[in-house]
Amino acid sequence: MRENILSIIEKYQKDHRRLMDILIAIQDTYRHIPDEAVDILADQLDLSKVDVEQTISFYHFLSREPVGKYAIYLNDSAVANISGRAEVVQAFEEELGISFNNVTADGLIGMWDTADIGMNDQEPAALINGAVFTKLTPKKVKNLVAGIKAGKDIPDLVTEIGEEVNGPAALSTMVTNNIRQKGAILFSDDYEVGQALKQAIAQTPEEIVTEVKQSNLRGRGGAGFPAGLKWDFCRQSGGDEVYLICNADEGEPGTFKDRVILTELPKLLFEGMAIAGYAIGAKQGIVYLRYEYRYMQAYLESILQELRDQNFLGKNIAGKAGFDFDIRIQLGAGAYVCGEETALIESLEGKRGEPRNRPPFPVQRGYLDKPTVVNNVETLCSVVQVILEGAEWFKSFGTSESAGTKLLSLSGDCKNPGIYAVEWGVTVQKLIRRAGATNVQAVQIGGPSGMCIGPDQFNRQLAFEDLATGGSLIFIGEERDLLGDFVVNFMDFFIDESCGSCAPCRSLNVILRNKLLKILDGKGTNQDIDELYKWAGVGRVTNRCGLGQTAANPILSTIENFRHLYEDLVETNENFVSTFDLKDSVAESNAAVDREFVLPHKTR
Amino acid sequence: MTKPVLATTSLAGCFGCHMSFLDIDERILELIDLVEFNKSPVDDIKTFTKQCDIGLIEGGCCNSENIEVLKDFRKNCNILVSVGECAIMGGLPALRNGISIKECLEEAYLDGPTVKANTEKIMPNDEELPMLLDMVYPCHEIVKIDYFLPGCPPRADLIWNALVALVTGDELKMPYEVVKFD
Ligand SMILES: Cc1cc2nc3c(=O)[nH]c(=O)nc-3n(C[C@H](O)[C@H](O)[C@H](O)COP(=O)(O)O)c2cc1C
Ligand code: SF4
Ligand code: SF4
Repeated sequence: MRENILSIIEKYQKDHRRLMDILIAIQDTYRHIPDEAVDILADQLDLSKVDVEQTISFYHFLSREPVGKYAIYLNDSAVANISGRAEVVQAFEEELGISFNNVTADGLIGMWDTADIGMNDQEPAALINGAVFTKLTPKKVKNLVAGIKAGKDIPDLVTEIGEEVNGPAALSTMVTNNIRQKGAILFSDDYEVGQALKQAIAQTPEEIVTEVKQSNLRGRGGAGFPAGLKWDFCRQSGGDEVYLICNADEGEPGTFKDRVILTELPKLLFEGMAIAGYAIGAKQGIVYLRYEYRYMQAYLESILQELRDQNFLGKNIAGKAGFDFDIRIQLGAGAYVCGEETALIESLEGKRGEPRNRPPFPVQRGYLDKPTVVNNVETLCSVVQVILEGAEWFKSFGTSESAGTKLLSLSGDCKNPGIYAVEWGVTVQKLIRRAGATNVQAVQIGGPSGMCIGPDQFNRQLAFEDLATGGSLIFIGEERDLLGDFVVNFMDFFIDESCGSCAPCRSLNVILRNKLLKILDGKGTNQDIDELYKWAGVGRVTNRCGLGQTAANPILSTIENFRHLYEDLVETNENFVSTFDLKDSVAESNAAVDREFVLPHKTR
Repeated sequence: MTKPVLATTSLAGCFGCHMSFLDIDERILELIDLVEFNKSPVDDIKTFTKQCDIGLIEGGCCNSENIEVLKDFRKNCNILVSVGECAIMGGLPALRNGISIKECLEEAYLDGPTVKANTEKIMPNDEELPMLLDMVYPCHEIVKIDYFLPGCPPRADLIWNALVALVTGDELKMPYEVVKFD
C-alpha cells in the first residue's frame, strides 16, 4: 500500500494543495481512506494528521470506512422521490439483503443516499463508481445487481446509451441531454471554435473587458454580478499572477444546465475561458467540476488536448506572442457548499470547503491569495457570443436589466423535462406550457435556495428585476404534498450540506425543520407557524454565506405563498402543544435499571 | 396594593442562576418591597400556596420530577421565564444528549474509572427516585415559556432589570454590558 500511495503523491508533485486529487485517487483504489494512508499523507505533504482527516471528513465521496467495491450512490432529491425512488430502494434492498447506507458483508456492494446529482430530468438516478445510471426501475435494479454479482466492469453495466459524443475519447453514457429548445446564444447551430478567440486577441484586453461590460452580461451562477465589472476589479487588483476559475459545481438541486453545456459545448466553454483569461491576464484556468460529473472528465480532458493541438490553448495562443493560457480540471468530492466561490477556492487548495469571510473578495485575494475571477460555466460561454456578435447584439435579447438568454433546467411534474434556452423576461406560465406541465400546484424557482410560487404568480417574469434564478424550475403537481415531500426534503438538504461554521446555519435550520415536522405531525399551533416564519428570517442576516442566508427559503416562501397548507394542518386553538411524552422518554432508562413506570412517583 | 407574587425553582441546573440573582446585592432590600415570594428556594416554601404572577425557571428537564415541577409552575404562575442557558437550551447537562441514557448509567454506576464500591452492580431504581429522561429537554419544549433570559448565568442586572420591567410594565433596560457574553 505504501508504495502505491507514495506514487499517487508523487504524481501530484507532493503538493498539499492537490490533496483533493490525491484523496480521490486513494478512495478509488482502496474504496476508503485507510489509516495508513492518512499517516503517509500527513508525513509526505507536511500536514498534520488532523488537516488530512478534516478534509476527508468534509466531503461526501471520501470516506474513512469502506464504501464497497461497487459503491451505489442513489440520488435522494425530492424529484427522485416523486419519480419512484422508493421502489428502487426497495428493489436494491431486496436484491442485496441489506438496508441503504450499508455495505454487504463481503464488502462487494455499498448503497448510499446522496444529494442531488444533477439528473432531475431522468430520475431516479444513481452513481455507481462514477458512472451514471438513470431512470432506474426495480427491473433495471435486478439486472444491475446481477451484473455486479457476476463481476462485470462498470462500462459493461451500461446497457442503454443516452448520449454518445465521439470525441477522441468517446463519451458513452446513459445520461440524455434533453435539449428541448435551442437559443441564439447557446446551442446556435453555427458555432465554430476559435473564431471568437481570434477576434479577441486582435483587440487589447481592456477592449474585451469594455465590450463585456457594455453587453451587461451578468453572472449565470445565481448572484447575477456583472461579468465585465468583475473582470475589471480583478485587473485593478494588479499583480502578475491571476487565476480564472470556472465554477462547474452545479449543486443546486434541479439544476443541470451546466451538465448539458459541458457535454454538448465544451469547446465553447474552453474558448470562453481563454478569452476571459486573455482579458484578465491569467495564465491558468481551472474548471472545478463536481464529482457527480466525473463521468465526463476523460472526455473533457481529451477536448482540452484537442484545443492544445490546435494552439487554442497553451503557449502563444493562436499565434499571439506572449498569450499563454492553459486549463486544468479539478474534481470536487461531493459538497454543495463548494459551489460558493470562496469555499470552492478553499477546496481547490486542498482544504475543507468552508466559505471565507468577504471581503477580501476573490478578485482581490482568491486562489493562493492571488486575484481570481470565478465565473459560472454559462457566463463564460456567453462571453464567446458577446465577442463574436458584439454587445449591442447581445443586449437585443432579454430585458433592460437582464440582457441575453438563459439556459433553464425544467423538471418535476411535466411531460418534457430538460433544457430550454430562453430570453430573459419569459413568464413562468409560458414555461409551464412548453414543458407540458398540467395541474401545477407550485413552481420552485431557482432550486431550494430560491422560492416557491403558486398560480397567482405564474405571470411573473424570469429576470433579475423580477424572479432571479440560477436556472432551474421544478414543477410541482396538484397531487403532491408540497410541505411533506418538497419543503422537508429541501430543509434536509441544507442541513446535510451546511459546512457548520455559523451557529444559525448549523442549528437553526434543524430547529426549523423539526418545527415543520411537528406541524406535519398534527401537533402544530398557529403560534408555531408564526414562530417558524419569524425565525426563518434570522438566517438571512446572521450567516456567513449564501447557503445559510437562503436555507430557510423553502419555509419562508411557502408560508408566504401557501400559508393555508400550514394552517390546514393545525388542529387546535391552543397556542402551545408539546410533543413531549413522558412515558416514551423514560422508557429506556427504566429498562436499563429494571424499573416500572409509575406515576406520580413519590416526591420528596 | 398587593405586591406581585414571585416563585422560583432550579430544575436540571447548578443553582448558578439563583446565585446570580442574589448578586443584585443591596437591591435585595428593594426586592422585598417589590415582590412577595411564594414557592422558592429563596424563602424555602416547598409548595405553592397561591396563584403567582411570575415564575423564574432555572435549568432544563432531565427527569420526571423536573417535568412535574415545571408543569406545576406553569399551572400556578401567570408568566414563566426561562432563566439561563440550561433552561433555554438544556445547557451543560444536555451534553449527555448525544449518548444513550443506558450508556450514561452504566458509565456512572458500573464501568466508570471511579466506580469502586458498587460490587453488587446496583443501578439506582428506588421508586422514590425520579425517572431519568432519555434526553435533557429545554423548558419551552415541555410547557409554554413567555420570556427567555440568556446567559450562563444571566447577569444579576439582567435578571433584576427583567423582573422590574415585568412588575412595573416599563420597557426592559438592556444595555450592552448585560447581554454581552465574552
Ligand atoms: C451555497 C452556494 C452554492 C453555489 N453554487 C454554485 C454553483 O454550483 N455554480 C455556480 O456557478 N455558482 C454557484 N454559486 C455562486 C458562486 O458563489 C458565484 O457567485 C458564481 O460562481 C460566480 O459566477 P457568475 O458571476 O458567473 O455567476 C453558489 C453560491 C452559494 C452561496
Ligand atoms: S452559512 Fe452555513 S454553509 Fe455558509 S459558512 Fe456559514 S455554516 Fe457554512
Ligand atoms: S445556566 Fe449556567 S449558571 Fe444557570 S444553571 Fe445552567 S450552568 Fe448553572
